[in-house]
Amino acid sequence: MSTATGNFESRAALALKDASLQKALGNFKPLFVAKRASAVAELTDFEALRERAAQIKNAVLGELDIWLERYAEAVEAAGGKVHFAFDAEEAREIILRICREAGAKTICKGKSMVSEEIALNPALEAAGYEVVETDLGEYIIQLAQEPPSHIIAPAIHKTREQVADLFEAHHPGRPREDSVAGLVNEARHVLREKFFKADVGITGGNFLIAETGSSVIVTNEGNGDLSQTLARVHIVTSGIERVLPTLDDLSVFLRILARSATGQDTECYTTISTGPCRAGDPDGPQEYHVVLVDNGRSKMLGGKFRDMLRCIRCGACMNHCPVYSAVGGHAYGWVYPGPMGAILTPLFNGMAEHYDLPNACTLNGRCQSVCPVKIPLAELIRTLRSEQVKAGLMPARQRTLMAAWGWVARQPGLYHALERFGSRLLRARAGKAGRIASMPGAAAWTGIRDLPAPSGATFLEQWQQQRGGEQ
Amino acid sequence: MSREQVLVSIRFALANAGICPPGLPAARPTQAIADPLARFIERATLHACSHERLASLAEVPARALAWLATRGEPGALSVAAPLVGLNWPADLRVDTGAASEATVAAVSLAFAGIAESGTLVMHSGPESPITHNFVPEFHVIVLHLEDLLPDQEAVWTKLRATGAMPRALNLIAGPSRTGDVEQTIQIGAHGPRAVHLLLVG
Repeated sequence: MSTATGNFESRAALALKDASLQKALGNFKPLFVAKRASAVAELTDFEALRERAAQIKNAVLGELDIWLERYAEAVEAAGGKVHFAFDAEEAREIILRICREAGAKTICKGKSMVSEEIALNPALEAAGYEVVETDLGEYIIQLAQEPPSHIIAPAIHKTREQVADLFEAHHPGRPREDSVAGLVNEARHVLREKFFKADVGITGGNFLIAETGSSVIVTNEGNGDLSQTLARVHIVTSGIERVLPTLDDLSVFLRILARSATGQDTECYTTISTGPCRAGDPDGPQEYHVVLVDNGRSKMLGGKFRDMLRCIRCGACMNHCPVYSAVGGHAYGWVYPGPMGAILTPLFNGMAEHYDLPNACTLNGRCQSVCPVKIPLAELIRTLRSEQVKAGLMPARQRTLMAAWGWVARQPGLYHALERFGSRLLRARAGKAGRIASMPGAAAWTGIRDLPAPSGATFLEQWQQQRGGEQ
Repeated sequence: MSREQVLVSIRFALANAGICPPGLPAARPTQAIADPLARFIERATLHACSHERLASLAEVPARALAWLATRGEPGALSVAAPLVGLNWPADLRVDTGAASEATVAAVSLAFAGIAESGTLVMHSGPESPITHNFVPEFHVIVLHLEDLLPDQEAVWTKLRATGAMPRALNLIAGPSRTGDVEQTIQIGAHGPRAVHLLLVG
């Protein structure tokens, strides 16, 4: 299921040397953070909304079977069809069958992370369909044949010049555009034809509403709406955890989603769809299908990582992550990058195969401080590390060193003696400079920065000296 | 059958975890908005909508066409059925059906406006094609100010009172846009390039 070769360490090393990527990431870093901060500050009850959103999700997850049945009943009452898919393969089969029965040739897609998760495009293309991603960012990476590097800004790793190169290569007969306005306009014209040609429109579902049997998408471009309105068949792909009880609950999430994601007070378009077109409707799809994808979610529900099921895919965690900001999304090796990916990728695709993802985290906790549904991301990453150790996945050298340290730490006399020795040794090595420029066995550290020297006395010695040995 | 497989797997997980469902929180307290119209206009302007105020519906054709004229020649005009009886010029082709590739401009009637977010609420139905909201280059939206509501929750209440959820409900906050090339916000992605509001009453 992984989309990349090698491990995180090797991919991250390549990413740090990629000049174009570093330029694109340099543009990215400050914007989302500043915009989110001001969008959040204007709401007096943002913290209360976060708490409420987390409570709503917890309540739904605690009775997920009941809410899903209510939702499915309401969809069917509105004339839609609900399909449950236990895994990615079954989800692909269901969607292929709907497209086959519709006699489809062209498929337009709005942005859907679930469709990335289930690797839908390669399956549709292999079956001979023309598949067009219509979100501008998704369209760019489709042309580049790359996975998304960010869940809401999938082409954030591309510079304007790279987009211009791609468009020039893929849109024959059109003059090269170099401005952002020109590129956006070019995509508008090229994709317009596809929207009107499409037989099937596939979108994600940001939220599913049990009260009305509706699916909700939020977009800025209007591409998801054109995909789902102009095609004969609308297919919604969504995770089973996306259901909310009522429209009032939806309002809680709509107030925090855009603010957390792009720092807008609201996205441009919020569309609530309920079933296929009705008698007398001049437009809208004739068929409306919802594919509810489990793919490991129901198992997560009973375990230590259930809080992760509250995730609304806003991207705030990666926008605030120093590791993501340095290496970009592709280094994470699958469709979900950043802190949420560091948890989801090992859970979905194997803790051994993605051993280094949860370990490539500084545990600084910025992600969880901005998460709109209060997922304790840093704690979950720590739990994942401990699960990895329990499963015997820690490399032998690291395991031996940790065991040795653990043994020494339980012998106070020996521990303090070694600490005094080490402290004085490092002090001596640092000399007058007060810092250590090279250190045998610690080249990975000293290769790129100096090691600050200790003062020469251990903490305990200083404590006793300053406090006169008082307890 | 997969439906059963998924539901059984969920029930098994919940039973295993021994979780007592925490129950839903009480509704969010309504936030009072001192001057709903001022707030609506402030937000809509922030979202790059232009607007003007009209005393009555009869002024809609002249005002809509004057704004569209500044954007070029629309040719035919897509108009929501409830507005088609207004005094449109006799030589203008007015169409109430679904928008097509040739559609350049549309004039629609909003179901409601939301003061909190400066959002227009459009609903599908025999008299209000959804394609009018996304296909045209230029979109004029008529809002009766008596339909301006404080927040989304008030819209849901109004919808529940009508008895049926429309097939599609579009909450629109300005012309379409994208930030997908170098995070530069560019207005006019796939939907309308400009949205003009005619506030009646």
